[in-house]
Amino acid sequence: MKYAAPTTVDEARSLLADNPGSRVFAGATDLIPQMRSGRPEPAVLVDLKRIDQLMAVSHGEGKWTIGAATPTADLTRNGAFSGMFPGISEGAGLIGSDQIQNRSSLGGNLCNGSPAADSVPALIAADARAVIASSDGTRTVAVAEVVTGPGQTSLADDEFIVEFEIDDAPANTGDAYLRMIPRTEMDIAVVGAAVRLTMDGDTVTDASVVLGAVAPTAVRVPDAEAALVGSRLDDDTLAAVSAAASAACNPIDDKRGTIEYRTQVAGVLAKRAAVIAADRAQNGA
Amino acid sequence: MTATEHPPAYKYVGTRPIRHDGYDKVIGKARFAADLNLPGQLHGAIHRSPHAHAKILSIDTSAAEAMPGVKVVVTGDDFPALDPKNPNFDLAANIIARGVAYYHGHAIAAVAANTKPEAQAAAAAIKVEYELLPAVLSIDESMADGAPLVNETNHTKFVPPGEPSNLSTITNLDRGDVDDALAAADVVIEREFDCAHVHQGYIEPHACVVDTGPDGKTSVWCSSQGHFRVRSMTADVLGWDKSRVKVTPAEIGGGFGGKTTVYLEPLAARLSEKAGKPVKMVMSREEVLRATGPAPEAKMKIKIGATNDGELTAIDGWMAYGVGAFGDMAGLIGAMSVASYKFPNLRMETYTALTNTPKSAAYRAPSAPHAAFAIESVVDEVALELGMDPIELRLKNAAVEGDLTAMGMPHPRVGLVECLEALKASDHYNSEVPEGAARGVAVGFWFNIGEESSATVNLNEDGTATVLTGSPDIGGSRASMALMAAERLGIDVYSITPVVADTEAVGFTDVTEGSRATFATGKAVVQACDMIIDELKKRAASIMSVDVDQVAWVDGAAVSAGHGGGEGGEPLTLAAITAQAKRTGGPLTATASLNAAGAGPSFAVHCADISVDEETGVVSVLRYTAVQDAGTAIHPSYVEGQFQGGSVQGIGWALNEEYIYNADGVMDNASFLDYRIPVASDLPLIETIIVEVPNPAHPYGVRGVGETGIVPPMATIANAINAATGVRMTSLPMSPPKLLSALNKRSK
Ligand SMILES: Cc1cc2nc3c(=O)[nH]c(=O)nc-3n(C[C@H](O)[C@H](O)[C@H](O)COP(=O)(O)OP(=O)(O)OC[C@H]3O[C@@H](n4cnc5c(N)ncnc54)[C@H](O)[C@@H]3O)c2cc1C
Repeated sequence: MKYAAPTTVDEARSLLADNPGSRVFAGATDLIPQMRSGRPEPAVLVDLKRIDQLMAVSHGEGKWTIGAATPTADLTRNGAFSGMFPGISEGAGLIGSDQIQNRSSLGGNLCNGSPAADSVPALIAADARAVIASSDGTRTVAVAEVVTGPGQTSLADDEFIVEFEIDDAPANTGDAYLRMIPRTEMDIAVVGAAVRLTMDGDTVTDASVVLGAVAPTAVRVPDAEAALVGSRLDDDTLAAVSAAASAACNPIDDKRGTIEYRTQVAGVLAKRAAVIAADRAQNGA
Repeated sequence: MTATEHPPAYKYVGTRPIRHDGYDKVIGKARFAADLNLPGQLHGAIHRSPHAHAKILSIDTSAAEAMPGVKVVVTGDDFPALDPKNPNFDLAANIIARGVAYYHGHAIAAVAANTKPEAQAAAAAIKVEYELLPAVLSIDESMADGAPLVNETNHTKFVPPGEPSNLSTITNLDRGDVDDALAAADVVIEREFDCAHVHQGYIEPHACVVDTGPDGKTSVWCSSQGHFRVRSMTADVLGWDKSRVKVTPAEIGGGFGGKTTVYLEPLAARLSEKAGKPVKMVMSREEVLRATGPAPEAKMKIKIGATNDGELTAIDGWMAYGVGAFGDMAGLIGAMSVASYKFPNLRMETYTALTNTPKSAAYRAPSAPHAAFAIESVVDEVALELGMDPIELRLKNAAVEGDLTAMGMPHPRVGLVECLEALKASDHYNSEVPEGAARGVAVGFWFNIGEESSATVNLNEDGTATVLTGSPDIGGSRASMALMAAERLGIDVYSITPVVADTEAVGFTDVTEGSRATFATGKAVVQACDMIIDELKKRAASIMSVDVDQVAWVDGAAVSAGHGGGEGGEPLTLAAITAQAKRTGGPLTATASLNAAGAGPSFAVHCADISVDEETGVVSVLRYTAVQDAGTAIHPSYVEGQFQGGSVQGIGWALNEEYIYNADGVMDNASFLDYRIPVASDLPLIETIIVEVPNPAHPYGVRGVGETGIVPPMATIANAINAATGVRMTSLPMSPPKLLSALNKRSK
């Protein structure tokens, strides 16, 4: 196994093109445990953390740009970002522990392909985009289109994510992410729910509802969004959000949670996250 | 906080000095077994069974032996067949399979190679042909009529040998007339319970380094709760004389009962003998979970009758413990642990059942937590039914000196009433239950044991003392031994160097189990101090030219009334005497060895305030208090640490910990990610109240405190959940999915 640490995006492009079977990594907080537990070792490990562009967080031209390898701690500590996207920040802030967060990245969280990845639902709810590079050039796709199944992405072998773009949230918009774990930390989401709402007074004018850990990939819940838009978040709306969220679940029964449990709790978290998002939309984070 | 029956007049006992081994542990200098390396050492790895029950048809090690770096491979054929009467027969079969794999993870072969990756690769390359046998994976399957045999070598203990059986023990205890008493009772409550397998969860995986020399002499460095037991077990499994083996204890990173047995040492010893080099073996966390002892699973049915004024008149109990694939006495010990209430009429039917799962090992008060979960839950129901305060009901029925345990043994002086009274008087119990929360209480008992211990006290020229014992320091026992020696000798606690000595440097000492170290080994330390004080008095008498009868030992010095307070009128200090040791007869040293009788049982009462998120089934523990009788707390901080540790492990057992097996008997959650022990943020500070009802059988009144703390938490939490939600949880763990499903049924 070889280790390479390119310092520019172009250097990384050619490394990947020239070395089939290589694998990029950022924090390696998924990669190393997986290799230790017997996953095959790649021929070349490509460390993305030496490339400045992948380690930067910036704001301009009506959007945020977040380097794909940036430690999530840099994001959660960024007051301006967390003020605009408290839900993304709280999702990223739930990953592991302080030690993990000084390494873990949004790129890794997404491309690891876990349906339970904590930063992903709120990124999808914010319509975040991934800027993807390879020796063939650069393309931009919705984050929602990156993961195709557990451990699987739509990226080609020689592609990697350079950065994420998130358009500024419209006025009176708030987001929230909640997850259920049986402990209080250091666990994997049994259910995750992100909700983003834009409000006009008491009325919801735009809504995104995304669930994690209840299907092979994070899933959007259009029925819940439809129930929310135009509503004032009354009890009937929240009940409809819960029911739609539960109905959108296609979970597995495993050591981390039963189908029955995941389905029921997805409804609970979606409803609770909607209430928090509405409050943030109206009153700020 | 301490609730003391007799305010003690001790100078050192009951104080809280920084432990002698503290600095090394805090700065990372302490040497644990995996820290040790010997020049030229090889690394071992184990090939484990992929099946829960299978006949081994053949083992082909040739490919593994030809791999780079590989030095030797051993299989069951490299170990002697033990006589079935040998107490370590089952242990030997567990350490390496001979002909049959009894559980998924059972060791089949072991490899030693230059590096660990080489050893692991070679272990994976060993080819084994199996014939699958039916796997018995639950207590119900094990006890069913016509069940396949789990282990064809198992026979029920304590009965005339008959056909092989899935039951290891059958115990029937009966007193009074249970049927009549239940028929006459005003209230009868009956519930059924079950508990999943749980692991001790010690942070340090099993590890050892073993070096067998050309003369056959074998040195073992390892983490254990008792190096003399490591010696005897290792020697037995190899068919060696015990004196061939020397065991040096490393520091231990937790055991909780799980390190009272061995897994690696005999394998490493055989590998080392064959390779002619030292061999190091360190388990992974996954191996620890797949192949070392969990606490048994259990099923219980408990029926309790009471009168309207709260007298518990009868208990009718049925309990079965599932212990893995080898003989065990969990059921019998479960019956022994029923001892908290007077119960004039009692029937306890208990079983120890085998299943094709890992061999269970001791875990803090083994078998008692299961029984207490069931009984204390039913007692809570009785209190609710009668509208009685749960503490009052327990006070009314609490066992006191002379009352019989389920086994029919009269209790010595015990402190259950004192513990209940202390909780009643506590700030926690008198505080208002927080808004949205509910409170639960439960009692726990553990009998503790004595057994054999030795201690040597060497006085040094400068007036300090070295205290050697054979009890590994798992819970602060060095500090406790030093405190007792300081108290006896009358010198400062830091003038004592407490040493955990190897099997060739100190007299035989049983393994640390049954919360016995501070009691039994402490007793040996005190006895050795008394012997050396006798000698000090003789030396002082000769120096002062008085009769030894006229010399007393006071505050670390010899004083003689007959000599105006000693030569020159001054008391002769210990240091003054040791300085003249050469002239007065040579070095001062004493060794005491004993088989300690009179281990005092320790009772506990726990109280929890919890809240339940009724939409997710998540339980939050908001406040928790552990009250327990320590007899006398030698070092209160470590006594409190034991209460807290037991409570925390019990809370984990109550809420989330469980082995999840798939249909083939493979543990699905063999990691600390998915085997969920509590993390710090899951818990409030565990408040402690030390009750001191001195044990008359110990010079300072010590009762063991290491185990009882894990007995009450499961029922404490279950009773609080019932108070919060009206749902009686009868299955452990009370994890969010199980609780939510029970809540769903309630609202329907
Ligand atoms: C103790 C612990 C606790 C954890 N807790 C959580 C938790 O609570 N919630 C949670 O969601 N996760 C958790 N994780 C998982 C992990 O920390 C996160 O998924 C993290 O975000 C991964 O980021 P990374 O940079 O370390 O990824 P890496 O391990 O570096 O990479 C992960 C995968 O993504 C690929 N990859 C990385 N960067 C890129 C890129 N720019 N372009 C394309 N592919 C890329 C890699 O090839 C690899 O396949 C935990 C992990 C540990 C060890």
